[in-house]
Amino acid sequence: MHLASYLGLLHLAELKLARAYLAVAEAHGDEPDVETLCRRFADQCTAHADALAPFADRYGEDQPEEPERLHSELFGGTRGGGLGLLRDLHDLYLMATECEVTGTLVAQAAQGARDADLLATVERAQKEAAGQLSWLRTRMKQAAPQALVVAD
Amino acid sequence: MAEDGRRDGDRIADPWGRRTPYGTGQTWPVRVDEQVGDGAGGPVAAEDQVERWVPSACVLCSNGCGLDIGVAGGRIVGVRGRAGDRVNHGRLGPKGLYGWQANSSPDRLTRPLVREHGELVETGWDQAMDRIVERSRRLLESKGGGAFGFYTSGQLFAEEYYTLAVIGKAGLGTPHMDGNTRLCTATAAQSLKESFGSDGQPASYTDVDHADTLFLVGHNVAATQTVLWSRMLDRRRGAGPPALVVADPRPTPTAREADLHLAVRGGTNLALLNAIQHELFANGWVDRDWVAAHTVGAEELERLVAGWPPERAAEVCGVDAGQIREAARILGSAERLLSTVLQGVYQSNQATAAACQVNNLNLLRGMIGRPGCGVLQMNGQPTAENTRECGADGDLPGFRNWHNPAHVDELAGLWNVDRMTIPHWAPPTHAMQIWRYAEQGSIKLLWISATNPAVTLPELARVRAILEAEEPFVVVQDAFLTETARLADVVLPAALWGEKTGTFTNADRTVHLSERAVDPPGEARADLDIFLDYARRMGFTDRDGRPLIGWDDPEGAFEAWKACSKGRPCDYSGLSYDRLRDAGGIQWPCTDDAPDGTERLYTDATFPTDPRECEDYGHDLATGAEQTPEEYRAKQPGGRAFLRAADHQPGPEEPGGDYPLLLTTGRTVYHFHTRTKTGRAPRLQEAAPEAWVELSADDAARLGVADGDQVRVESRRGAIRVPARITGIDPGTVFVPFHYADQAANELTLTAWDPVSKQPVFKTAAVRVAREG
Repeated sequence: MHLASYLGLLHLAELKLARAYLAVAEAHGDEPDVETLCRRFADQCTAHADALAPFADRYGEDQPEEPERLHSELFGGTRGGGLGLLRDLHDLYLMATECEVTGTLVAQAAQGARDADLLATVERAQKEAAGQLSWLRTRMKQAAPQALVVAD
Repeated sequence: MAEDGRRDGDRIADPWGRRTPYGTGQTWPVRVDEQVGDGAGGPVAAEDQVERWVPSACVLCSNGCGLDIGVAGGRIVGVRGRAGDRVNHGRLGPKGLYGWQANSSPDRLTRPLVREHGELVETGWDQAMDRIVERSRRLLESKGGGAFGFYTSGQLFAEEYYTLAVIGKAGLGTPHMDGNTRLCTATAAQSLKESFGSDGQPASYTDVDHADTLFLVGHNVAATQTVLWSRMLDRRRGAGPPALVVADPRPTPTAREADLHLAVRGGTNLALLNAIQHELFANGWVDRDWVAAHTVGAEELERLVAGWPPERAAEVCGVDAGQIREAARILGSAERLLSTVLQGVYQSNQATAAACQVNNLNLLRGMIGRPGCGVLQMNGQPTAENTRECGADGDLPGFRNWHNPAHVDELAGLWNVDRMTIPHWAPPTHAMQIWRYAEQGSIKLLWISATNPAVTLPELARVRAILEAEEPFVVVQDAFLTETARLADVVLPAALWGEKTGTFTNADRTVHLSERAVDPPGEARADLDIFLDYARRMGFTDRDGRPLIGWDDPEGAFEAWKACSKGRPCDYSGLSYDRLRDAGGIQWPCTDDAPDGTERLYTDATFPTDPRECEDYGHDLATGAEQTPEEYRAKQPGGRAFLRAADHQPGPEEPGGDYPLLLTTGRTVYHFHTRTKTGRAPRLQEAAPEAWVELSADDAARLGVADGDQVRVESRRGAIRVPARITGIDPGTVFVPFHYADQAANELTLTAWDPVSKQPVFKTAAVRVAREG
């Protein structure tokens, strides 16, 4: 059974995403909506990761190494200005998608394993993940024309 | 003169005037208020004897009371409430009675000003407009429409907003248009869209005549709409008085009159309202059949509020659980419930989500669209409704949905322009984002009309820095050299109310025509004429090379706006200047089928939620994420209203540590906004000459502050020095009025906004207070 390794992937993806949200919040404090929501989303992701702990015990989570190195892929230094914000949100969107699809696959595995607890836990997280993706998309669509066409 | 119904005393000492009680369902008695002359108490001077009365309506709050302007010797010398007007039945409040005196203030702007070597100097209209047009042409060519930002008002006329909207959306093609209505009624509009599918005030002021229960949430009507409060007080003193429940952190005059005052902690409206709904469900006070037939979302709402028993809410919002139960019992046993909402919700934490919960209350009780039953999501400003419906706030005109291609095509057809010109690819840029783009340099021309953001926006130090910077190029159009105008590159002198003609619409959809009574001073021009002049000089044309703006006077603009509104919820097509002159105020929609206007919306419990009709596909109330058209359609609303559910979240800045007190900002009955007008009316200025801070006795004792002491109020962003007033305000909360530029409450506030309506949060900032040596 390989569920453990996917649990590990999901756990890591949530933690990476939480850290990325925090980094974006700190880098874009002049955009109060971005700061507030990224902090809230970071808390959500941390909670999602924490909620996986009992299942890691149950299935023996296989924790991939080097979370710090992966984190730095997103945020190689802060990116300022309208374009920087757009690029940061775009990265968050890709990371949140990675998280969401990993969650979908873990939910499928939970059904296969007839683990109702795990299924419920992941589905709760998936609902919040969908909310994050939806907001990121809304915010990027708002920012893109100005950042890509008008700004110097 | 009280015998004949006029001048029954001093409206400064008694802002609401003599009571004229009336019973349930009766007509509110007439009481004509009049003020002619200097208002100093002596006889009216010979030169102030009124020669003629010119019909208009008051522009000093959202009530829009019908009045006549008294003219003598080419000057405004007084006002008189119109006895036959449906809004006020003759009454006027203190601002209406005295505010007109500002028109003849000696410091009116009379010539255009341009900045030369750092100084504003007088010039002619051609020179000033050439400077704007030259800059505009250069920007349009090099950067496109996205380099332009327009920040307008809630105090111009519909004709002016619509003309501005066409210039911005079809001429320049910029999505960056908003009004100070973003600070005032953005949440009213948004909550109506989220609950009912479209903006549009459901109820009517006549519902006050019929209601058996009034629920006022964050709405200090005694200060903000004194004449509406008179109507409520007259019901309270008459036969069959309505129960009154008020939710407000302050012991306002409104709260003191209430049968039940819920002193809700600032920023926690949602918890309170969820607990009240919890009780409605738990006690069977929900009209299940009506809800099943006419709403979507009851199950999710019931599930969510089940988690908010009164005891839990009591901990969050500081209101006793027994009081929450009592409030729910009163609302739950009402037969005709009228709910009203204003800035205590709109400018607070989770604004849209909380405003939607008030809509929910009336929906759960099935009490909407019938006499005495409805919701008034109030406006703050006199013409805010027009900013919204004409599209000067960024929304598309006529409550059209930017997300709906058919709606965009309608406008493209009406204006005969390429649909790609009309910004519809993303939500309109809200005010705070416009200022952010200006700060970042991508908005390079910022045109501000009839508003004073250097005092009204949050975190003023930041706003001043933007205005003072080399870019953007700032155009200010105003009647006075306001704090904002002083920082402009070009200042255009504008006519005031009474000096120009146009229509405006109050908070209960009543349209009034306000006629030009006198000439503007010097070279000052009507805002409409300024916009038309800009359009002409820019040479905006339609697809066939004809002028984009095909009108050159107010009535022409009104006819164009009528055509744009036709078939939409805010349908003006049955109105005309002649009709308004003849009949006075008329409520939209006014059509061939409803030539006398429409008293209340949704009388058949059918809501404009059909995907083809709705103004908005809705948002996640927690984050502001948009629902896609597909997600919206999947809910199959089909004319049913949405019951929206949301959980409480703490505000953006909770008090604690070095800043232990919660600051809420607000108004005094004697002033409007930054006192641009009311500060120049002697009686109003004397009544409230400076700012103050309200403190509870507990906090004052702890801080060693006595009533009248000078104190320093400080937040993480700035500080002000004001005298202390010790009041019955909730301990832990302090209040500062926002009108005063020298002691500006907005030095203290933070830059944060509601995720859905984008309305800034003015009512929850953390501060500390210390006595000044």
